[in-house]
Amino acid sequence: MTAVTEGQTHPAKEGSAPDQQTVFDAAVAADERIEPRDWMPDAYRASLVRQIAQHAHSEIIGMQPEANWITRAPSLRRKAILMAKVQDEAGHGLYLYSAAETLGTSREELLDKLHAGRQKYSSIFNYPTLTWADVGAIGWLVDGAAITNQVPICRCSYGPYARAMVRICKEESFHQRQGFESLLALSQGTPEQHAMAQDAVNRWWWPSLMMFGPPDDESSHSAQSMQWKIKRHSNDELRQRFVDIAVPQAKALGLTLPDPDLRWNEERGHHDFGAIDWAEFWDVLKGNGPCNDQRITQRRRAHEEGAWVRDAAAAYASKHRKTKGEAA
Amino acid sequence: MTATSVARTAALALGDDALVLSHRLGEWAGHAPVLEEEVALANIALDLLGQARILLSLVGDEDELAYLREERAFRNLQLVEQPNGDFAHTIARQLFFSTYQHLLYGRLAAGDGEFAPLAAKAVKETEYHRDHAEQWTLRLGDGTEESHARMQRAVDTLWRFTGEPFQPVEGLAEAPLVEEEWLASVTTVLERATLTVPEGPRTGAWAAGAGRQGLHTEPFGRMIAEMQHLHRSHPGATW
Repeated sequence: MTAVTEGQTHPAKEGSAPDQQTVFDAAVAADERIEPRDWMPDAYRASLVRQIAQHAHSEIIGMQPEANWITRAPSLRRKAILMAKVQDEAGHGLYLYSAAETLGTSREELLDKLHAGRQKYSSIFNYPTLTWADVGAIGWLVDGAAITNQVPICRCSYGPYARAMVRICKEESFHQRQGFESLLALSQGTPEQHAMAQDAVNRWWWPSLMMFGPPDDESSHSAQSMQWKIKRHSNDELRQRFVDIAVPQAKALGLTLPDPDLRWNEERGHHDFGAIDWAEFWDVLKGNGPCNDQRITQRRRAHEEGAWVRDAAAAYASKHRKTKGEAA
Repeated sequence: MTATSVARTAALALGDDALVLSHRLGEWAGHAPVLEEEVALANIALDLLGQARILLSLVGDEDELAYLREERAFRNLQLVEQPNGDFAHTIARQLFFSTYQHLLYGRLAAGDGEFAPLAAKAVKETEYHRDHAEQWTLRLGDGTEESHARMQRAVDTLWRFTGEPFQPVEGLAEAPLVEEEWLASVTTVLERATLTVPEGPRTGAWAAGAGRQGLHTEPFGRMIAEMQHLHRSHPGATW
């Protein structure tokens, strides 16, 4: 990969549109990074904003199901780990909204769209965390699936997004390990704890597989994103990669995966797995999941109830800017 | 390392303060007014939880102490157990407590007592906590009409809990000594924030001094019921 330093612009910036397109295409083809001030096709920009916004929204909505257990964490060590994890997710949201800002879209604008239901977040967060073991299962499976999806984005053609992902993936890998370790403690604990862990894995397994998105032939944005090198692998490829990683891990945990059709296929060199219930996926995506209303209502409420705080900060800043200006 | 019996009383008092306030701040997760505050409040909560774990471990098993004591055995100040309320209440609570903690740990760090090493680290953390609370007190007090009113109400409401931190605690002779500095520091911040320093008493018949004796306010029982429920439901389990 050719390194392009931050802020560097591609030479044909001043040229006519077809030239710019040619330069852009060549940069993408050469695996160079597109930077904020480079010319880019409008559709590329729009596609990135859509994807980065969805990712940022997923981080901040994703805080909710786990924060649900902070006040009930069963040991102080687990409580510290969980608070740090939820804090990381807020931090990821910040990097990602900043990455979107480099494309000319403000955080405020994106949050408004989220609150109005005009932009999406990962459907996985529309499932509830019913027991403590769900925190471990989210770490192991949901963060595991997220890492599988996100590691290739570290090589995404858009520089700020790729760089944000490098940092995020490092933290996600810590999240995934703590989830695995937490589930292991439960699995090897009392019979009640073991049952709690198995129940959580049973509920989170299929939704985790859905996180990779619809099958390749039904994925509306995939082909163009692959061409632009925003996306590097197809949904089905990544899903297969995740299953192959998860199966031996489940064995190490002493837990089973709720799929009678799951078995190693010698010929393919991969695990075969059962049919995913895509009707459920589309239904949750449309807003009919167990927690869609709850998640968005809480997000809206936090935003609305915080309005006076943000207004106060803005008023204070403007007053003191003025005072400074008058003094000068 | 375990502490001497005199220091145990003090470690429990300081440890419970940190444990309980950390828990309250943890309740903000997913509800903060702006994303930066999700990060900041969690950061402060984590610092406090770290302090609590060290202090409680001087006394015994941190989890047994946190999860298996009854309400009357907790030694935290009533100030830190007060519900979050709106953001102004949380900030007023932060200002009052972090100023106290910062001054106290400053003294402890300068001394050669059992808490000096812990205090040396904590004093840096509490400096940030205090600064965070001060910056927000200024913004809310000197922001909009609404934020000013809310901040004043929060300061007024919590004022009666601010005498308690300076009651003598066994093994913590420094606590009463920082009261004057505390009042001066808080007064300066409130005045800069265009807020009125309340005239009401800083101690009430019940309020101040009671938490250190194990007398708490009603919301505290509910708080620890939630905190302890899962741990208590699985006796002897490890997590």
